[in-house]
Amino acid sequence: MHITRRHALGMLGASLLTGCAMTGGDSSAPASKAPAGKVTPDNPFGVADTGSAELAYFKGGSPNYLAESVEPLLQKKFPKVKIQRTTTERMAQTLQPRFVGGNPPDFIDNAGADALNFGALLQDGQVLDLTAFYDAPSIDDPSKKIKDTLLPGSYDSTLVDGVPYTISFVARSFGLWYNANLNLEAPKTWDAFIKLCEELKKSGVTPYGFAGKNAADYQAEAILTSAVKAGGLELARAIDNLEDGAWQAEGVRQAAEAWAEIGARFSDKSFEGLIHTEVQLRQNQGKVVFYPSGDWLESEQQKTTPNDFQYTMTPTPSLTSSDKLPAVAVYALLGSSMFATAKGKNPAAAQEFMRLMVSKAGARAYTEASGWLTTVPGAADGLDLSPGTLASQHALAAAGEANALITWRWNGWYQPLLTEIRDATNALMFGRATAAQFTERMQKKADEVKADPAIKKYKR
Amino acid sequence: MRRGGFLFIAGFLAAPVALYAVLVIGPYLQAFQIALTNWRGVSAGADFVGLDNFARIFQDDMFWKALRNHGQMLLAVPLITLGMALLFAFLLNVAGRRTKGLRGSGFYRVVFFFPQVLSLAAVGVLFQLVYRPDESGILNRLITGLGLEPVGFLTDPSLALWSIIGVMIWSGVGFYMVLFSAGMAAIPTEIYEAAELDGAGRFRVFFSITVPLLRNTVQVAWVYLGIAVLDGFALVQVLSVNNGGPDGVTSVLGLQVWQHAFGNSTFGYASAMGVVLFFIIMSITVLTMRVTRREPLEY
Repeated sequence: MHITRRHALGMLGASLLTGCAMTGGDSSAPASKAPAGKVTPDNPFGVADTGSAELAYFKGGSPNYLAESVEPLLQKKFPKVKIQRTTTERMAQTLQPRFVGGNPPDFIDNAGADALNFGALLQDGQVLDLTAFYDAPSIDDPSKKIKDTLLPGSYDSTLVDGVPYTISFVARSFGLWYNANLNLEAPKTWDAFIKLCEELKKSGVTPYGFAGKNAADYQAEAILTSAVKAGGLELARAIDNLEDGAWQAEGVRQAAEAWAEIGARFSDKSFEGLIHTEVQLRQNQGKVVFYPSGDWLESEQQKTTPNDFQYTMTPTPSLTSSDKLPAVAVYALLGSSMFATAKGKNPAAAQEFMRLMVSKAGARAYTEASGWLTTVPGAADGLDLSPGTLASQHALAAAGEANALITWRWNGWYQPLLTEIRDATNALMFGRATAAQFTERMQKKADEVKADPAIKKYKR
Repeated sequence: MRRGGFLFIAGFLAAPVALYAVLVIGPYLQAFQIALTNWRGVSAGADFVGLDNFARIFQDDMFWKALRNHGQMLLAVPLITLGMALLFAFLLNVAGRRTKGLRGSGFYRVVFFFPQVLSLAAVGVLFQLVYRPDESGILNRLITGLGLEPVGFLTDPSLALWSIIGVMIWSGVGFYMVLFSAGMAAIPTEIYEAAELDGAGRFRVFFSITVPLLRNTVQVAWVYLGIAVLDGFALVQVLSVNNGGPDGVTSVLGLQVWQHAFGNSTFGYASAMGVVLFFIIMSITVLTMRVTRREPLEY
C-alpha cells in the first residue's frame, strides 16, 4: 500500500490521541495472555508448550551467563515455546515505556546503573507475587518447597511486607579486597588495620582507596558494615525500618569516626574525582592496597589483573573488642534483582524459568559459566572456582555459621537515602565533614523520607 | 491568492506543524499535566495532587542550591563568553590595517570553531581527562610537574563549578565568534573607513562602532547563552562527582529533573521542576529582551 499524505496525517492524528506518556484512566489491561498448559507435578505453573516467553536481561560488560546457562534448560523442557531474549544496558529507558504500555517482558534481570526503580514498579502492582513460586516443589527434591531448599536467610531477603517478589538466586559477599601475593596478615581488629596501614604508607603505597566520583556507595557500605558489626543486626533492621535516631546510634558514629581516620590518613584526595575502574586499576598496579567491593571485583578486573595479582578478601575489621558481631561477620548480598512481571503475557514460563535457575543443574551451570555463587547449597561443590570466588565462598560460609551475615534493604527501598549517603560519605572520607555531621545528615534525610507521604514505607 | 494555491501551501505546512505539535507542544502540555500528579512513571494512571509538587520544590534544599549555581553561571558564562567572542571576532575581522583582521585570521577562525563541532558529551569526556585529579590529568600533569600538589578541579567544592563554567566558555566562544564575525561583515565598510579617516584607533573603533552596531546580535547571543546555562545537564552529568557534587555545588535543575524522574521515580515532582525551569527560562529571556531593547538602527 502506498502511504499518501492523507494517510500519514491520519496516523499522526491517531498517535496524537494515543501517544500520551500517561493516559487518564487505567488502560493497562494485559494483552492476550499466553494459553495455559496443564498443571502437573513436573510443571507446577502450567506452562503451555506453545506461544512465546520474553526474558529481558541487563547487558553488562560480561557475557549473558544466565541466559546462556538456564535458557537452554527451559527450551529443552518446552521445545515449542519461542523464547525471546531482550538485552539492554539502559534498563529504565528501554523497559519503562513497555510497562506504561502494558506489555512488559515476562522476566526481568534488573541491574546496572540505569536499572528500573523496583520500588516504584512494586508500588504500581507491576511485579508478580512469588508466594506460589516459592511454595512450588523443588526440581531436585519434589517433596520440598523451593523456599526450603535455598541458603538460610535468602528467602527472607526477598520479602517485602511479608510477600516475596524477587528470586533469591545470587549470593555475594562484600569486604576489603587486596592482593593475596602481598602476604599481608588480614587485620581482624581496627588497631591492627591502622598499624598495617601505617606500615604500608611508609613503604610508599596508598593503603586504602575507593572511587568518590561514582562508587562512593561502596565506601558507604563499608562504613555501614562496620556500624552493624559494632551495633548488631538490630541496627541494620532499625535503619531499614527508619526508626527514630537509627543513623545516630553509637555504632554508626563509631564506624564513621574510624573510617574518617582511614580516609584522612591513608587514602588519596584525588580518588574523589576518579571512577571505580580507575581506582581498581591502581590497585592492580600495586599503588593501592585495600579496596572495598563486592565479590564481582575479580571478574570485573580480569583484563587488567597482572599475573602476580591474586584477589582475596577479608571482612571489615572489628571496631572494638565489644562489637556485637564477631570479626567474621560479613555484608552479604543475597537474592537478586530479578523478577517476573505481573502484567507480562507468560508468567507461568517466567516462573518455570526461575524454578530451573534454582535447580542444582541450573545453579551449577550458572556458577560454572559466570564464576558467581548462588543461594543453592552445594550447587558449586567441586567446581573449579577462582581464588577470589573461593575467598568469597569461605567468607559467606564462615559468617553463615556464626549467624553473622549482614544484610540490609534501605538502599533499595529509599533512593533518596542512597543519593544522600554518596555525598555524605565523600564529605566524611575526604575531610569535609565529621562523624557527627555524617550521622546527623543521614538522620535528617531518613526523617525526611519517613515524613514524606509520597514514599512507600517498608518494614522487615 | 487563489484558493487552490492556499490549499497547496497549507498542505505543505500541515506535516511539519503536526510533527511539531506531536513532538514538542504535546509533551510540553503533558509535562504541565503530569506536574499536578504523583505519577511514578510506570503506570497508566496517577492521582491528582494539585500544586503539592510545587510547594515541595520550594522547600527542597537542592532546588535552591541549583538556583544559586544557575545564578553564578548566568553571571559568569555569558559575560566572559561574549566578551571573548567579541574580542576574537574583532581581532579576526577589523583589528589590523584597514578592515582585514590580523594575519592568519582565516586559520584562527577555523581553530576557534573546533569545539563547536564536538558534541557536548564528547567535550565532557575530553575535559574528564583535562581535569583528572591525579597526575594523569592533563592540567595536573603540568601542575605536579612544577612540584605542586595536584588540584581537585572537580572535587574541590570551591573550584568545581568554576571548572564546569570554564568548559562552557571554552565550548561556546567559537560559535559566538563566528556569529559576531557575520554580524561585523554586515556593518558597512564606509563607517570604518570614515572612522579611520577621523583618526580613530582600534579601541575607539571597537567600542564606538563595532559593539553598538552589533547590539542585536549580542542580545540574541545573550539569550542563547542564558538558555544554555540554564540547561547545563550534559556537562554536569559527565563531569561532576556524584552527579552534581561535591555536595550539590555543581547541581543544575536539568540534572535534578533527571534524578527525580529516573532515579527516584517521581515523575510528577520532576515534571513540576521542569515546569518551574520553563518559567525561569521564559522570564530570563523576556527580561533580557526588554532590558536591552532599543530602536533598530538603519544604515
